[in-house]
Amino acid sequence: MDYEEAKEKIVAGLTKKKSKSKFYFNDLAKILDLKPRVAKKLINQMVTEEVLEYWSSGSTSLYGLKGAGKQAHAEHED
Amino acid sequence: MAKHETPLLDQLESGPWPSFVSDLKQEAESRAKNEKGIEYQIPVDVCEDLLGVLELSFKHGRTHWKHGGIVGVFGYGGGVIGRYCDQPQMFPGVAHFHTMRVNQPAGKFYTTEYLRNICDLWDLRGSGITNMHGSTGDIILLGTTTPQLEEIFFELTHTYNQDLGGSGSNLRTPSDCVGQARCEWACYDTQAICHDLTVEYQDELHRPAFPYKFKFKFDGCPNCCVASIARADISFVGTWRDDIKIDQEAVAAYVGGELPSNGGSHAGRDWGPFDIQKEVIDLCPTECMWLEDGKLMIDNRECTRCMHCINVMPRALRIGDDRGCSMLVGAKAPILDGAQMGSLLVPFIKVEEPYDEIKEVIESIWDYWMEEGKNRERLGELMKRQGFQKLLEMTNIKAVPQHVQEPRHNPYIFWKEDEVEGGFQRDVNEFRKHHQR
Repeated sequence: MDYEEAKEKIVAGLTKKKSKSKFYFNDLAKILDLKPRVAKKLINQMVTEEVLEYWSSGSTSLYGLKGAGKQAHAEHED
Repeated sequence: MAKHETPLLDQLESGPWPSFVSDLKQEAESRAKNEKGIEYQIPVDVCEDLLGVLELSFKHGRTHWKHGGIVGVFGYGGGVIGRYCDQPQMFPGVAHFHTMRVNQPAGKFYTTEYLRNICDLWDLRGSGITNMHGSTGDIILLGTTTPQLEEIFFELTHTYNQDLGGSGSNLRTPSDCVGQARCEWACYDTQAICHDLTVEYQDELHRPAFPYKFKFKFDGCPNCCVASIARADISFVGTWRDDIKIDQEAVAAYVGGELPSNGGSHAGRDWGPFDIQKEVIDLCPTECMWLEDGKLMIDNRECTRCMHCINVMPRALRIGDDRGCSMLVGAKAPILDGAQMGSLLVPFIKVEEPYDEIKEVIESIWDYWMEEGKNRERLGELMKRQGFQKLLEMTNIKAVPQHVQEPRHNPYIFWKEDEVEGGFQRDVNEFRKHHQR
């Protein structure tokens, strides 16, 4: 799978889910249908290109589409 | 006069122990005076507001912190933990109060210059409050605002050649004991491997793709000074394969009282003369020691490396020469769901650069856990859920007697078809020749 295809899949997959804005790494790997190690490289690139952003509780990390959800606004980070 | 009245916190100072409340008040005062003329980049009264919000939490019996956030430094998924106060109007100094984790040097060796630099940076761009060290071992810098994060990261990496530590679903900052730098019992160079694996697994440390946290800890000997066996997903505990070295003359010197036992550490009161039978031989958990014509004998095959005899008589007994480490997996010490000790996976492995054999085991464990682990499931929980046998299979390690926790623990042995000669199919007619219906 090349990067552009993966990006499309992820953006489509995450936009579809209306109730949630933050996802576990495994959810993304499942959308790509790739082994975690392979998916990681593509997902990292999406973070670098600011398609995705990290969210961290301190103990657990989640991923979301950049700017999605209430978080940024609630934290005055937008 | 303090900014906020804090009667409940003040009460904490009345105990006989040192109080963090006094420390915070001292820092608040020092920031207010600003004798060094620092151009504070975050609110000067951050410490006062921190005391204020804590007092309010005590009063209300609930927290006023919001947990987690999107903040971080570019390209890193860990190392910064977002903290926000849910009463920013009342406590503007701690409206943002993010934590930064800094990867501590292996063995926690510092120069005063290094510590001064970190503190100066944190006085300028943070609250001045630190936690040396967090339970994973990192230097914890407590409390800064979002615009300062990249500035601090730049200074740390470019000026001081330091890096952030791990947080979130990452490899956490590996930590180790002081090792061969100061300790004669270290069976391998803990600092060398700790540093090597930290560098090798930078991607795992900074970009979260694990189901949950993952910890490495390195103990040079079974005294386990960093308690790896109790809290690391993979713990590396130094051990040896050959015999404990005995200096019989030194044994006699301990018995005769010329050498103080335990390195003299119990000299505070008179415990009477040293009794080798009572204090060493009778305390050996596997009863593998005895005296023969005044000489100390050890049946090394029975020794489980409890270290007691070596700790009591360090001049007489020394670790063996064929050294390496044992790898244990699955320990955790969480608040919820209970703690679990590590299970022995690799009884003995040599610890030699470039550590290829060790890396092979680590990576096979990660492949297994990343694929099979549920969200927020530690390796130890996965092992419990799927069984130790599955872990052996996935890491390609053959079962050995050391893997057995206790005999007859589980009477059910499940064979796989390919392990049974002829598989699970059988010729019924052939069977009937010998067995009637």
